[in-house]
Amino acid sequence: MSDDLPAMGEARSVPTSPPTPASALIPIARGLIWALVGFIAGAGLTSLARAAAGLEPWSLELNFTAGYAVALPGWLLGVGLWERWGREWFGRPVADGPTDWRRYLAFTVDHKVIGIQYLVTFLGLFFLGGALAMLIRWQLMSPTNQPLGAGAYNNVMSLHGIVMIAVAVASVVGGFGNYFVPLLIGARDMAFPRLNALSYWLVPPVAVLLLLSLAFGGWDSGWTAYPPLSVRNASGQVLFNLAIITFGLSSILGGLNFLVTIIHMRAPGMTWGRLPIFVWGVFATSWIALIFTQFLAAALMMVLLDRIAGTSFFEAAAGGAPLLYQHIFWFYSHPAVYIFVMPGFGLALEVITHFSRKPLFAYRWAVAGFLGILGLSGIVWAHHMFVAGMPGQLLAPILVSTELISIPTGLIFLSALGTLWMGRLWLRAPMLFALGMVFNFLIGGVTGIFLADVPTDIGLHDTYFVVAHFHYTIIGGEIFALFAGLYYWFPKMTGRMYSERWAKAHFWLMFLGFNATFLAMFWVGLHGMNRRIFTYPIDLQGPNLVTSLFGFFLGISFLPFLWNMARTLLARRAEPAPANPWAARTLEWQTSSPPPPENFVADPVIDGHPYDYGVPGSVHAVLPGVGATGTLTEGTR
Amino acid sequence: MTALATPAGGGAGAALVVHEAHAPHPAKPAIDRLGLWLFIASESMLFSTLAVARFYLAGLDRPEGVNLPLGLALTVDLFLSSLLSYRAVTKIRTGDRPGFLAALAATIVLGVLFIGGVAMEWASAEFGPGTPYGTAFFSMTGLHVSHLLSGLVVLILVYRLGRRGSFSADDHWGITAAVRYWTFVDAMWLLVVFPTLYLL
Ligand SMILES: [Cu+2]
Repeated sequence: MSDDLPAMGEARSVPTSPPTPASALIPIARGLIWALVGFIAGAGLTSLARAAAGLEPWSLELNFTAGYAVALPGWLLGVGLWERWGREWFGRPVADGPTDWRRYLAFTVDHKVIGIQYLVTFLGLFFLGGALAMLIRWQLMSPTNQPLGAGAYNNVMSLHGIVMIAVAVASVVGGFGNYFVPLLIGARDMAFPRLNALSYWLVPPVAVLLLLSLAFGGWDSGWTAYPPLSVRNASGQVLFNLAIITFGLSSILGGLNFLVTIIHMRAPGMTWGRLPIFVWGVFATSWIALIFTQFLAAALMMVLLDRIAGTSFFEAAAGGAPLLYQHIFWFYSHPAVYIFVMPGFGLALEVITHFSRKPLFAYRWAVAGFLGILGLSGIVWAHHMFVAGMPGQLLAPILVSTELISIPTGLIFLSALGTLWMGRLWLRAPMLFALGMVFNFLIGGVTGIFLADVPTDIGLHDTYFVVAHFHYTIIGGEIFALFAGLYYWFPKMTGRMYSERWAKAHFWLMFLGFNATFLAMFWVGLHGMNRRIFTYPIDLQGPNLVTSLFGFFLGISFLPFLWNMARTLLARRAEPAPANPWAARTLEWQTSSPPPPENFVADPVIDGHPYDYGVPGSVHAVLPGVGATGTLTEGTR
Repeated sequence: MTALATPAGGGAGAALVVHEAHAPHPAKPAIDRLGLWLFIASESMLFSTLAVARFYLAGLDRPEGVNLPLGLALTVDLFLSSLLSYRAVTKIRTGDRPGFLAALAATIVLGVLFIGGVAMEWASAEFGPGTPYGTAFFSMTGLHVSHLLSGLVVLILVYRLGRRGSFSADDHWGITAAVRYWTFVDAMWLLVVFPTLYLL
């Protein structure tokens, strides 16, 4: 468990060979080779054991699972876990990784590198999931003349769902959490830097398995993977289950790392009452990831065991209970929506207070909101099961507990509105996205009431009303916050300033495209269009055509974003970013852009609240030997 | 822009301290302890889910073929192994390396015996995994044995490091951590798996 590196770790090593594109791929190539060797060993031994027991040596799903169980550690060790950590378990010295640009393709422990790795990976997955959404909307333009068959549609819909869920789980926490939590609390790194790298390198196998599953017939049970279908469909389902169990492990270890970091690594004087609000969001989220993710892993493991080990968790004919899956699955997957949205809330509040040039309104109540959501998150899961046939006595209590969640959520919302009230709003791109998030989430939250109430949910369950509702909370809430964070922290991460004009164009196109697409979906849902069906009644063609056209518009709205990133990162003439372009008070802006490996030239000492804009004499932090932060940044916008 | 921030671009000022990004944190022991406790808390959720599934699927049913004497023997074996693992920690705290190694070796032997016992039980069980109780029985014991195997690997690595002299009276977090994980796995048998499958 010990995870300290020798002092003078990474930065000491000198590259022995000039960095070439080919040499950058060595760790990944080694990981793939070790994974292949592991797979052959695991699958081969299983075959031998089966042959010895007089069974058919090859059983695809069992052999694949056993092969993967060895291939996964093989991949991790090969990609760098062995060199940088594993050697220590055998009493040997660990080796250093590359320090130049190749570190982005290696098992690197710097939290800033890992943050960038998460961001780039999950933006890539976001655009993959978006392309699949375009396919879905292409199919649904017409109920008859459709490009995908029913089977292909189910696979595409399932893949879109799980890819976007993965993006929602890990893009904000994995990307911005890793990069900025240590900076915001004045630490030099996460509590367990090597565990952090391990969490990231668990992600590529997830993506590979999900795509590889298409070669095994895909899986048509949606991202929820309910049995009995998921016990009986194509073998691609097994790859899905292995992928998501792996992803769960990554999420658990990440949550653990954030909790220990936030509890123990805060700079002197960074009391809980002075913690930046984004850090509070990540803190509450990490508890959910740590505790609840195991239930998802358990549910998926049970499906896997039913398929490969002959158990009967969900085989009703043998005494199994398919409803058990739904209970366990939603016991994680409802709290998971707070994994999506709480870091987004924290990020939006962060941006709103800096760009309103006012102290964060009702800071303590906002913190109470995060902790209140955390406390209630475990007792509302069955609102996904109102029509599933569960015991009737559960309906009323779950209705009430679900409605109760709107109280802590409302506190966070009021904190945002109170901060905006009478503020001097600075409408740069990050602020526009944060305001867009507040607007969208209001619609997402209000429509959620109809799904939390049993009488209305009975009619709305499994219609496009639900689809529109959760897209409003996840895209409208979290993904808008993701882009707010991208523009807000882009100068810090890259040392360059993006083009504000292209960023604003991105915002307005995305905001209009998003709202038009999903408002129309509420309408078709209210008119009875079922979700997850490859076709629909002909009289709904008009609104579906409109939804699809606006959906394509939403897809196109990301082109200005990509162009903006490309021209800023690739062009030589890009405007360099100063250390603190927003004249913000929090710690990440009190160091260079991008920060040095140890984050600050001197370990900061915290002296006051981070958001006291306009409070005379208030200082947030002092960097010994450098100066005070906070007071001098006033009036520089 | 403001002049109070650090030298832009991570220049000379940054280079002075550039090597210290991963110097050990002063709270290192507390950090390690909390990390392990959180991991244990998370893993215990997996066991509790399967325990709930056992009652959801099979109620309080328990088939005749459950081998209670063997279950009791396994419980005693694991309990002894936990005690011995604690003895290993106590010994290294006083700097008694041979005593530590002997206690750890005995812990490992009892762990291997336990796995042999579970294998016997699986081979001789009069019910298959395709019944409600069988589903609970094979999945819970399987989950437990897989944790036990990972614990054994860790204990064997710690034993090897111990023989090379990697631990001392003041520096033995590796042993403490391995033993704490081992005790957790034992506790899951004593508190969850055994009562759920054999007693209730
Ligand atoms: Cu829910």
